[in-house]
Amino acid sequence: MSTLDVDALIDDPATQVIVCCGSGGVGKTTTAAALAVRAAERGRKTVVLTIDPARRLAQALGLAELGNVPKQVSVEGFEPSGALSAMMLDMRRTFDDMVLAHAGEKRAAEVLANPFYRTISSSFSGTQEYMAMEKLGQLAAEGSWDLIVVDTPPSRSALDFLDAPQRLSTALDGRMIKLLTGPARAGGWGLRKVVSAGFGLFAKAVSTIVGGQLLADASAFVQAFDGMFGGFRERARKTYELLRSDGTAFVVVAAPEPDALREASYFVERLAAESMPLSGLVVNRTHPVLAKLPAAKALAAADALETGGEAPLAAAVLRLHADRVALAQRERRLVTRFTKAHPGVALAHVPAMAADVHDLAGLREIGDRLAGT
Amino acid sequence: MTTPVVGWTEQIARARLHVVTGKGGTGKSTVAGALALALAHGGRRVLLIEVEGRQGIAQLFDTPPLPYSEEKVASAPGGGEVRALHVDVEAALLEYLSMFYNLGFAGRTLRKMGAIEFATTLAPGLRDVLLTGKIKECVTRTDDSGRHAYDAVVVDAPPTGRIVKFLDVTKAMADLAKVGPIKGQSDGVVRLLHSGDTAVHLVTLLEEMPVRETVEAVEELDGADLRPGAILLNRVRPPRLPARSVTAAADGRVDASRVRAGLEAAGLALAADDLDGLVEETVEHAIRVQAEQRARVQLAEVDLPAVELPDLVDGVDTGALYELAEVLVDQGVR
Repeated sequence: MSTLDVDALIDDPATQVIVCCGSGGVGKTTTAAALAVRAAERGRKTVVLTIDPARRLAQALGLAELGNVPKQVSVEGFEPSGALSAMMLDMRRTFDDMVLAHAGEKRAAEVLANPFYRTISSSFSGTQEYMAMEKLGQLAAEGSWDLIVVDTPPSRSALDFLDAPQRLSTALDGRMIKLLTGPARAGGWGLRKVVSAGFGLFAKAVSTIVGGQLLADASAFVQAFDGMFGGFRERARKTYELLRSDGTAFVVVAAPEPDALREASYFVERLAAESMPLSGLVVNRTHPVLAKLPAAKALAAADALETGGEAPLAAAVLRLHADRVALAQRERRLVTRFTKAHPGVALAHVPAMAADVHDLAGLREIGDRLAGT
Repeated sequence: MTTPVVGWTEQIARARLHVVTGKGGTGKSTVAGALALALAHGGRRVLLIEVEGRQGIAQLFDTPPLPYSEEKVASAPGGGEVRALHVDVEAALLEYLSMFYNLGFAGRTLRKMGAIEFATTLAPGLRDVLLTGKIKECVTRTDDSGRHAYDAVVVDAPPTGRIVKFLDVTKAMADLAKVGPIKGQSDGVVRLLHSGDTAVHLVTLLEEMPVRETVEAVEELDGADLRPGAILLNRVRPPRLPARSVTAAADGRVDASRVRAGLEAAGLALAADDLDGLVEETVEHAIRVQAEQRARVQLAEVDLPAVELPDLVDGVDTGALYELAEVLVDQGVR
């Protein structure tokens, strides 16, 4: 088991993009922010793209409101030798901007006003992931930074953001809606003959269920959207290539819990399958034992003190220490299970902070813990 | 200052559909599994339904991935049993369509083409209508003698952020056709979900964010005229410090010399480093205990019955699930 050398990673000028991923609730956003702060203070011109930061974390970065463009972080006591900008993703605006960039004014207005577009751009389950990747592509193309740190959306599964663009493509690419609204006109579709009878019924059933208006909206949307689609797909492909390039480093974040580590395993395997460059796993919020005293000995001493009715504080300290030893053992066991399955993956352990991070000092502290200093 | 633990009320005990939600990471699926087992005590038949496509039930009960059918996953003391169903939206849509249209073998091809995913993308509400429709069918199903097929149905539901949207079928139907079979079916679902037969339980940890989400979800449920059931406090850890020492310790004031003297009285002589380590562990513990106390105060605001589940240091395997079910039964779950 090797150690993830965080400073070597962020100091290397060849590292241009760091993607923090992992399942929801493991501290991805905070990790991304801490990495960015550290990189900036070590001299890199850095931008961090956060997705849905807790309010206090956003404040720590001076991000009072959702802005869809990076803003220089100027917080008292923060004078990095490099530079740091930060932004929160506004999914709807990113999508709107994309439509505006790819369509003429008139057509863009049509698309933006379509009810089906409003559904897709605000509540389709893959939109946030897709827009995060789109924004990453934009930031990279802009060329104003030498390091981009990206947080990924808080999806249930760590894999969602890799799959989302494909899912959205399927929903938008128009073949399906053409089949639904007029199967007879959708020529050149190889499967059509096989399923045409079934499909006619399906189309009928779907329109019975979802109602004619919705299908009409969707159909109008797809027609207006048709010409833009090639551009969208091309950009998604470019971002995918960027993710596979040598300048990109994936950092998988997991809490020392079975579910989070299982997701981390899937993710590590998936990255390998896609030939995407993994730097290592951050095991976040661990509880290392701080005193060399075996649990059994601590418990025996606590029992003795309690029987004698003396030193209640010391007895309590011994019991909470024994709890902590047990917790640390469980965490170690879970991490060992992961490393047995993935012996090549470098690890960094980040001991839990006693309280939530809400300022720059907290982010620096996490940075120190990440780097093991 | 603790949440009044009044356990499982008469009103909750009368519910036949138990919807379990909670913020991600609070152990919602584990608690749903333990609840199903607890409800099966004493010879009852319980169905545990999972709707999010992650096969968490199979992992919990250590069985192979569940197909789209009701499979027995556990026996409960007293002859009861838990069956489990993994509801797959695509399968549910095909099943639904085949009740009205004969799709024949085209169904599978449609699925391969992504047509079904597309249909549910087109109308996001459709997804929830199909899932709740299937749940209702399981709750109301009867055998030949007119007896309910299940005494209770437990749903491992979407997380707190999405639960009201999931259950608010009336709103979802606004997207969909105003006439036809799906409308008729959804009216029945609405009646069930807003009746005393349904209770929505909220799983939380004693931490700031999950508690805040729980409080918000209860308000949202009330606002949508859905019925919050109990708060299920998960992974509760025992406070070790005497109550009067917590505040000082959380501020970093731990009387190290008193700890040292106590340890020596118990025959333990620790190096200075290790004593410092113990003090630091104590400060961290006290900060956590304080946060837990604040969380309890906040939870007391929602004024719902609560039951507690202990933290299991060794994690949750199938055996531990029985242990948790026992704890629930002891607190009146029936």
